[in-house]
Amino acid sequence: MNIIVLVKQVPDTTEVKLDPKTGNLMREGIDSIINPDDRHALEAAVNLKETKGGKITVLSMGPPQAVDAVSEALAMGADRGILLSDAAFAGADTWATSYTLGRAIKKIGRYDLILCGRQAIDGDTAQIGPQVADYLDLPQVSYVYHIEKVNRKSMVVKRRLEDGFERVRAAMPALLTVIGELNLPRYPHVGRLIDACREKAPIEVWNAADIGVETREVGLEGSLTHVIKTFAPKAQREGEIIEGDVKESVRILTGKLKENRLI
Amino acid sequence: MTVWIETANCNGCKRCIKTCPYGAVELREGKAYILEHCTSCGACVEVCREKAVLTDAEPRTIPDFSDRKGVWVFAEQRNGSLNRVSLELLGKAQSLAADLGQEVSAVLLGSQVSGLAKTLFGYGADNVYLAQHRALKDYRTIAYTKVFEELVKEFKPNILLMGATHVGRDLGPRVSRRVGAGLTADCTELSIDPEEGILLQTRPAFGGNVMATIANRYSRPQMATVRPGIMEAVRKKNNRGNLIKCRVSLTEKEIGTKVLEAVRETRGKVNLAEAKVIVAGGRGVGSEAGMKALFSLAKAFGGEVAGTRIIVEEGWLPVERQVGQTGQSVRPEIYIACGISGAIQHRAGIMGSRYIIAINKDPGAPIFKVADWGIVGDLHQVVPEMTRAVSQSMGK
Ligand SMILES: Cc1cc2nc3c(=O)[nH]c(=O)nc-3n(C[C@H](O)[C@H](O)[C@H](O)COP(=O)(O)OP(=O)(O)OC[C@H]3O[C@@H](n4cnc5c(N)ncnc54)[C@H](O)[C@@H]3O)c2cc1C
Ligand SMILES: Cc1cc2nc3c(=O)[nH]c(=O)nc-3n(C[C@H](O)[C@H](O)[C@H](O)COP(=O)(O)OP(=O)(O)OC[C@H]3O[C@@H](n4cnc5c(N)ncnc54)[C@H](O)[C@@H]3O)c2cc1C
Repeated sequence: MNIIVLVKQVPDTTEVKLDPKTGNLMREGIDSIINPDDRHALEAAVNLKETKGGKITVLSMGPPQAVDAVSEALAMGADRGILLSDAAFAGADTWATSYTLGRAIKKIGRYDLILCGRQAIDGDTAQIGPQVADYLDLPQVSYVYHIEKVNRKSMVVKRRLEDGFERVRAAMPALLTVIGELNLPRYPHVGRLIDACREKAPIEVWNAADIGVETREVGLEGSLTHVIKTFAPKAQREGEIIEGDVKESVRILTGKLKENRLI
Repeated sequence: MTVWIETANCNGCKRCIKTCPYGAVELREGKAYILEHCTSCGACVEVCREKAVLTDAEPRTIPDFSDRKGVWVFAEQRNGSLNRVSLELLGKAQSLAADLGQEVSAVLLGSQVSGLAKTLFGYGADNVYLAQHRALKDYRTIAYTKVFEELVKEFKPNILLMGATHVGRDLGPRVSRRVGAGLTADCTELSIDPEEGILLQTRPAFGGNVMATIANRYSRPQMATVRPGIMEAVRKKNNRGNLIKCRVSLTEKEIGTKVLEAVRETRGKVNLAEAKVIVAGGRGVGSEAGMKALFSLAKAFGGEVAGTRIIVEEGWLPVERQVGQTGQSVRPEIYIACGISGAIQHRAGIMGSRYIIAINKDPGAPIFKVADWGIVGDLHQVVPEMTRAVSQSMGK
């Protein structure tokens, strides 16, 4: 079984803070990591490979340093890595990203399954999986937390809903987007990690020409949505703070509630 | 593409610095300077008024979209009941459509669901596009996508909104790719730009640390998924609209997926979305036993109990009571945060509340910055005292 895993390198947003004075994002000293959901996708791929055999290809679009994410994926058990990197890809929205990834997948050619994370923690859109599936004309199942059965022609998985779950059968090849509940990702193998960072590691870097796309179709130019403004979420309220004796504080508060006809 | 600064034109206004989602522009000797980790996202190009931020990207002409009309809302239903977010979206759609001088339409897909059209009219739909077919009974990505594709091609809407639910976030991107439209994810604010007449879509990114406003200038419909619990459903009494029935042809083979089983996990019924009062606990509650006092206060108000991710992880509350970025967004009349620090990811879920009350022993806790009223003190004393006081006044 041949599996393609989509992996994004992201800043560790749990550490992202805004500069309280300027309201700017402070990125200094913030590590880049493999997007958390994508680790679960990788783990699922390695599991399937262990039981069914086959090859795992990791595909990532990003700046040259995103090669670290690809190396780490190889150390977790992937066989081949492809980094899509070109100045032309920069500034892509999900429309342009899914097109770029889709073109690369067509070039990779044969596959039975595509796995990706549900959501990247920086862009947070959760749109790439379904858009890639549509570009490639594949059935998709999103929010997958359990892979029950995989045959040659179809698979059965469970997907999370807000108030329960669905068991779904999908024809193969298919694309799944997975969530953290799916499994516990293994740590990258140290020996493999060292190998994966070597010159002769099975990692290729493809640019726009390699996948046969024009500059105006990808990156910022090929995008349909554009960020026109960013700002720090503002706290509009900043109300009244009551300090002192508990009984007295509560009396003041209930007074306010009554004034506003809330009780 | 690349982005660079034409220093001769730069007046050091810092607009580009403020807008950069990546913190990749700074001021050096009074002029903007682009740092190495710039991703060329182009946000700075858009805001510069001095033509000092330049790019080698070719200027694009905006196509003529004057034939695109109407604000559409996906009426999400399961087993014949509408998801509340669809009614919230109709509320927002009414005001967007009024600003544009266009109509509101709901798109209802399913099997034997025509009865829901009446509700949709009652919440502001001028038109309901109804597509019924056996194959549409369960939500399935490709089946729903195909119907949307045909409707969008035939009726050419200007705006298309879906709830950012597990269904909407599965369907939205698929439809956007299919119809060639940009899509903004998980919006918390929508408005019409008074000059350009386009939809301005605001959403949190980077785990809620940044808000981004996104425009969708180059394609139609302007698509957005919208976070549940943020917009307000608005009734439109005696509203009568048109029911437009649409023909559907679908085969099982093209759909590619089949729902074998759909299970609702009745993990004790909680309805945070519709609760008028929510008493929420954080790590400061201290233990599962400590939650009891919160349940009593909630009972005094006739409200519900919720909590932060920390206390869900601790196992003091089940996950369906989690509020915040990875939990639910709520919009009660009163939200009472007890022993909650007010992390951005938690605040993300409560900003739609009418009043926020905070009880925390640390006067510097960020929750006080978003509270209408705050009590600095030990919640183990304050909460029972409040329960007494509230029961008393409610009793009268
Ligand atoms: C502040 C901000 C807001 C944005 N809002 C929007 C928006 O509303 N709409 C929009 O279209 N674009 C938006 N973008 C652009 C968007 O972040 C990029 O297009 C990004 O490349 C992909 O989206 P994502 O990070 O949301 O990925 P998601 O769709 O959340 O990622 C899901 C999965 O897809 C795979 N994947 C995603 N990106 C890659 C990659 N580069 N390489 C390999 N696999 C990948 C991974 O498996 C990942 O887990 C925004 C960007 C910023 C900075
Ligand atoms: C990607 C991501 C997603 C997240 N999603 C969510 C989410 O959906 N929802 C969410 O809630 N969190 C979420 N978090 C976690 C969030 O960042 C915070 O860690 C969390 O909200 C903090 O919970 P807390 O307020 O209960 O705990 P703490 O931050 O530990 O705060 C406890 C507070 O209790 C006060 N306190 C202690 N004892 C008392 C006492 N006796 N009386 C009064 N006050 C007392 C303290 O002063 C303190 O302010 C997310 C984090 C990440 C990284």
